[in-house]
Amino acid sequence: MINKTVFITLLVLCLVSKGYSQVKFVEKDGIASFFSSAPLEDIEAVNNKVQSVLDLSSNNVVIVIPIRDFKFDKSLMEEHFNENYLESEKYPKATFKGSFSTAQTLDVSEDGTHHVDVDGDLTIHGVTNKLKTKATISILKGSLSATTQFDIRIEDYKVKIPKMVFKNIAEVVEVKADLTYDPIEN
Amino acid sequence: MKKIIISLFILFYSFNISAQDDLMALLEENTEEQNHDVEATFKGSRLINGHTVQVRKPKELEFLISHRFGRINSGSYEFFGLDGANIRLGLEYGILKFLTIGVGRSSFDKTYDGLAKLKMLRQSTGSKSIPISLVYFTSVAHKTLKDQDGFEDATSKTSYTHQLLLARKFSPSFSLQLMPTVIHRNKVEEINGDNDLYAVGMGGRMKISNRVSLNLEYYYRVNAPDNENLYNSLAVGFDIETGGHVFQLHFTNSRTMIERGFITETTGDFFGGDVHFGFNVSRVF
Repeated sequence: MINKTVFITLLVLCLVSKGYSQVKFVEKDGIASFFSSAPLEDIEAVNNKVQSVLDLSSNNVVIVIPIRDFKFDKSLMEEHFNENYLESEKYPKATFKGSFSTAQTLDVSEDGTHHVDVDGDLTIHGVTNKLKTKATISILKGSLSATTQFDIRIEDYKVKIPKMVFKNIAEVVEVKADLTYDPIEN
Repeated sequence: MKKIIISLFILFYSFNISAQDDLMALLEENTEEQNHDVEATFKGSRLINGHTVQVRKPKELEFLISHRFGRINSGSYEFFGLDGANIRLGLEYGILKFLTIGVGRSSFDKTYDGLAKLKMLRQSTGSKSIPISLVYFTSVAHKTLKDQDGFEDATSKTSYTHQLLLARKFSPSFSLQLMPTVIHRNKVEEINGDNDLYAVGMGGRMKISNRVSLNLEYYYRVNAPDNENLYNSLAVGFDIETGGHVFQLHFTNSRTMIERGFITETTGDFFGGDVHFGFNVSRVF
């Protein structure tokens, strides 16, 4: 009898979590950019093919950034970025898998701006590091957007910068992301 | 019953653990694979002597300085060929994404040349992938050397090249190229030589490091005239890339840096030691 109760409770729990999973959102063409400021040169690249899924029931988020879609002002820079630094044929995507903390579960029907702490694994150039940062999630009329900004050390991701261009490329790069989500229709 | 509970529990628990992986799968379900052009099949616009499928991007200008020194086997009196050099200076400009034009001036026979490269196919990956890159190359060369017997009038000094460049980047470090070529010379020096010379070029590059590659290039003349003083062009060299420059250092049996010259008029026997050291320096603005 006890077993049955446990069984039913578990079943209900499973069903409840299934019920929550209706609140998933997808972004197919988000924007990510990075900015490197070095003594000789400022370099900026923008990517508008960022993909992401965000789950309001579990507060989980995943982001995929296709490396080859970073666009630079100088095409030669773009070629070197892909060929020599990020090796995009070998490592075509940067990914982030993580979760964010909120005081209470966000409800997409309530408009508002929420400042959240994000914690997860960032993988670039085949190297995974922990990333903790802050982000802003805005809900407006049933649509959801998220922005974040953080710094990464190039060295942490085993991207080799030759001594010759040391003064052209910064050791720490500022990353920004701006994502606008649509609900996933089930 | 216990087993069911345990397995359900595991199912439920693993659902939580892999929630992010599930989201990743959901993301893949909801997005399409992007198409990407394959970049940098070769480092430079030249493999060694001849062209590669690389064209300039729009509004990009390339300045090319090419040298071929004398024969290495000419001995210490000629400082192993370094005393004498043929030079070609060139400018190439990307007008459109698929069209590059250029001009050049070679010291050999005081030759001027003009060229155009038309990108017809671009190797790409993704849902609409294309396996190769294809470029049509054409050039006209006009020598202005005076007092050459039989080459007094302007027409006789002009020649034309048409080439198809087919290339595939097999991996980040390995690319191959095939170059069917026809060269029309308005006047031919050899007694039995055809005005139209057909040739097939083969070449490739193998990266040794991110910035250095080993290149090989060979042109086989299909209807080569009976002339034991002329050879097929063979070249081996390295590409060294530094920031905005590409340095190419090589050894070849050819003296000139335009198609009519190195494909139809190569006079060195590579394996007999008639090898020229040379370099190309390319700077893109």
